[in-house]
Amino acid sequence: MNEFVLRKKKIRMSDIILTLTIYMSALTTVVLLLGIMGYVFAKGIFVITPTFLTTVTSSLHKTVGIAGNIVNTLYIIVLTLLMATPIGIGCAIYLSEYAKPGKLVSIIEFTTETLAGIPSIIFGLFGMVFFGNTLKMGYSLMTGALTLSIMILPIITRNTQEALKTVPTSYRSGAIGIGATKWYMIQTILLPSAMPGIVTGIILAIGRIVGESAALLFTAGSGFLLPASVEEFVGKVGESGGTLTIQLYLSMSKAQYDVAFGIAAVLLVIVLGINLLTKCISKRLDVNYTSKRRKG
Amino acid sequence: MKEKKKTSINKHSNSKSVIEKTAQRIFMLCAFFGVLAVASITVYMIISGAPALMKVGVGDVLFGHLWKPTGKDPSFGILYVILTSIIGTGLAILIGVPIGVLTAVFLAEVAPKKLASVVRPAIELLAGIPSVIYGLLGLLIINPWMYKIELKLFQGSETHQFTGGSNLIGAVIVLAIMILPTVISISESSIRAIPEYLKPSSLALGATRIQTIFRVMIPAAKSGIITAIVLGVGRAIGEAMAISLVSGSSVNAPLPFNSVRFLTTAIVSEMGYATDLHRQVLFTIGLILFAFIMIINLILSKLLKSGGADHE
Repeated sequence: MNEFVLRKKKIRMSDIILTLTIYMSALTTVVLLLGIMGYVFAKGIFVITPTFLTTVTSSLHKTVGIAGNIVNTLYIIVLTLLMATPIGIGCAIYLSEYAKPGKLVSIIEFTTETLAGIPSIIFGLFGMVFFGNTLKMGYSLMTGALTLSIMILPIITRNTQEALKTVPTSYRSGAIGIGATKWYMIQTILLPSAMPGIVTGIILAIGRIVGESAALLFTAGSGFLLPASVEEFVGKVGESGGTLTIQLYLSMSKAQYDVAFGIAAVLLVIVLGINLLTKCISKRLDVNYTSKRRKG
Repeated sequence: MKEKKKTSINKHSNSKSVIEKTAQRIFMLCAFFGVLAVASITVYMIISGAPALMKVGVGDVLFGHLWKPTGKDPSFGILYVILTSIIGTGLAILIGVPIGVLTAVFLAEVAPKKLASVVRPAIELLAGIPSVIYGLLGLLIINPWMYKIELKLFQGSETHQFTGGSNLIGAVIVLAIMILPTVISISESSIRAIPEYLKPSSLALGATRIQTIFRVMIPAAKSGIITAIVLGVGRAIGEAMAISLVSGSSVNAPLPFNSVRFLTTAIVSEMGYATDLHRQVLFTIGLILFAFIMIINLILSKLLKSGGADHE
């Protein structure tokens, strides 16, 4: 018996147990994701009908729909990106092209990090007090969009910065060398080369906006009606409007779980789409990056 | 110099340099936007949160445990709310971090490449799921389980207030799931960043693969894993919508089967109707949350700096 043990490679019990726990942990994570997706789709897919997507909830017409919330979500996405994208990109350009390392830069970088770490409920409180009360915008899509644009600023800045880092220095010196001014070089060389990274940042920001709820509850409010005319559509900036997530939260609080799961399924489809899109773009970015690294 | 400026060619370049300078100034302005935002958020949180502290009394707010904001003789003690947030976050970390770190080990060391390339996107997807969806599932899946356990545990108990399943444990489970993606991705990259010679050296000394992972690689990736934990704490303590319905709706001591309020959920559930002093106290809760987050941020930036120095 003993001889047999000596010849055999010693198998440690602890090794087996630990390997098993590692596999179990990974399995838990994957099962969680599959479970969440499966459960939501199984419960929500039957709720999603053309009427659900194209009407608003109304007891008069006896319809249950989320068209108003879809419009609000798109509205907030566009408004927020219009404000945050230029500022975020500008900040990134300043940090990586103009600024010299020093106290100033480290302060700016620290605040960007801080901004990324502040939870959305705090943004919501700030938006409510500052944009809503102090600037007298009340519960409106504009208040919500302004609040969110502060929130997504770090996402855009960081992604642009990363993208600018991957642009080879030779491009810069080449452009400056043939007499381009710095601003011209940024416009014509840097921004186009960094475009995939910038777009990834914007898409990630869209993902964050679509999934956001705590920052919007007290800023954008919960209106769910569809604008009837063009003027109304424009005027919506100043009116309250709940996004899909807010409507999901409200339906959940009122125990209307069917609607809640319908919206949840729609949101998951959007999240999946955004995920695929960023994958495609970052793959293209990676190709540029690796070919550059091989040369270097 | 002055003479040269008069010639036409240089006039042209002069207008160019104006554009250059404006561009630079605009970019600089953009860069200060973030600083401005953080400064004004800090100022506004203090302005709106501090008055109630003064009016009610710092001790009464922070260490009082009676929360009766709308009663005839209102009482604004938020000790239980603060404790719930701390204990809830701590428990979520206790559950989430081991699973997260082990999954990171799986991705970085154990899994075959193909399997890892399937699991990794799944985890990214987990990070993208909106928090309200976690809340919805917590409410409809975890809470009924909790209710069943509660019924069994407290059968015949006269002192226990039945919650219908919305309790601290439910919220902790939801939070633990929500911090997984953060913990996994940061830990994985820190395990991958370990100097390459460590692993073969350990194996050559006769350690098994598992021993190498637990005795050499995880300790070497310590600073990254700590960063992951701190980020997880930040995410868990700031989460509001996912747990606002799962955790129940009354302020109680943070015991596992009590219906509890977190700092975040107290704000979410009462801000809608609160007025006057009640509203101001809610802002105080916001201020306390903000203070926690700022401390976490400071720790994080210290960690990142020292981590960066390590790698150099």
